[in-house]
Amino acid sequence: MSVRHALLALLSEGPKYGLQLREEFEAGTGEVWPLNVGQVYTTLQRLERDGLAESDGADAEGPQRRFRITAAGQRELAGWLRTPPDMTSPPRDELVMKILVAMRVPGTDVPGVIQAHRRYLVQLMQQWTRIKESLVGESDLGLDPSTLASTLAVDAELFRLDSVIRWLDSADGRIRRAAQAQQEIAEQETADPEAVQPETGPVIKLRIRSGVTR
Amino acid sequence: MSVLEMREVSRVYGQGASEVRALDGVDLRVEAGAMVAVMGPSGSGKSTLLTIAGSLEEPSGGEVRVLGQELATLSRNAKARLRRRSIGFVFQDFNLLPGLTAAENVGLPLELDGTPSRKARVASLRALEGLGLGDRAANFPDQLSGGERQRVAIARAVVGEHQLLLADEPSGALDTANGEAVMRLIHAACQRGMAAVVVTHDAQLASWADRVVFLRDGRVTDQTVPPAGPESLLGQRGQIR
Repeated sequence: MSVRHALLALLSEGPKYGLQLREEFEAGTGEVWPLNVGQVYTTLQRLERDGLAESDGADAEGPQRRFRITAAGQRELAGWLRTPPDMTSPPRDELVMKILVAMRVPGTDVPGVIQAHRRYLVQLMQQWTRIKESLVGESDLGLDPSTLASTLAVDAELFRLDSVIRWLDSADGRIRRAAQAQQEIAEQETADPEAVQPETGPVIKLRIRSGVTR
Repeated sequence: MSVLEMREVSRVYGQGASEVRALDGVDLRVEAGAMVAVMGPSGSGKSTLLTIAGSLEEPSGGEVRVLGQELATLSRNAKARLRRRSIGFVFQDFNLLPGLTAAENVGLPLELDGTPSRKARVASLRALEGLGLGDRAANFPDQLSGGERQRVAIARAVVGEHQLLLADEPSGALDTANGEAVMRLIHAACQRGMAAVVVTHDAQLASWADRVVFLRDGRVTDQTVPPAGPESLLGQRGQIR
């Protein structure tokens, strides 16, 4: 979350004081991202230094200074809104690593490991859904901006957890199918030892180096 | 008394080498006011569980009780009566009769059960109004959107004295917003005392339930523990962390 750009966005509505910016920032993000007042003034100083914001007077104390966005700040904000965040390199996901490692540990019930994570994630989603329910009630109409922001933030979390569960479901299916294919080949070999070996071995081989699957 | 109680329920299709165990020793209890979601991959037995719970299909073994009545001891007519009076069904494809209006579709199970048509109409209008569809009562299914049709199906499932709601992928054909609206309505019905079993493969929808049961190869393999209150995810000032 870019505090710098969030503050610019609030200043684009008109001149504001630091404490006011902090309150509006928290309300606008559904209080998902709490912000301390020190962070607000440090960021405002940097915006002023970079010519993206200006204040009434450098002599006034922090709380008495009113800030406004500059033309350069407006351009910076417009550019930032349309710039996609860097999502080109996948994050190093601990859960993915656990499943990959589970496949390498002899005697591990991999579907059982997957289910333990699936259950935990569904339970988390139940909690988020209760929060959403308490925010929205029985209707999602007529939401005030703060409730709408909170609901969107909860939705983002629900979609994120849901995508992890979908990956677990997919991994579960693939691992079971691979195990079944492996068993069928083993049975075939027992029945006909002369049978031609397939080019790629049936055993799943994954090289894990420094957290990277190749 | 549980609204639904399944004990050691199994369902076997075919014989010998072609035998398929769709359900294998399933235990499930659902109390009044509880919403239970059943999750599992395709072929795990979810839909079979629902049709057996709704007395639409006989189990091969085990015991199923709805409102204390053991289904195996009921005649065909008695089971049909139990379904009309006490059980509401919601399916993915809505299953509304195209020649009847929304109000007539909702009131049909009551009328079939001998409720005078005027009384059935009052009850169906009340159910439709409760789901925000009071102004659509005279519309035919093809005049309604997908979301509205599913809400009519829910109204039909909760109308009258129904105490058990069985839903099979109730929002499968709907977009996210309408899917959520459907789950919200089912959850609200449970808060008014209904018991519900919702079969779904969608975790977002299942997360509306009080309890999620995981089915795999016809067996209950796991279930969630009752979720902690929202406060566990909230910070000291009541804000979302």
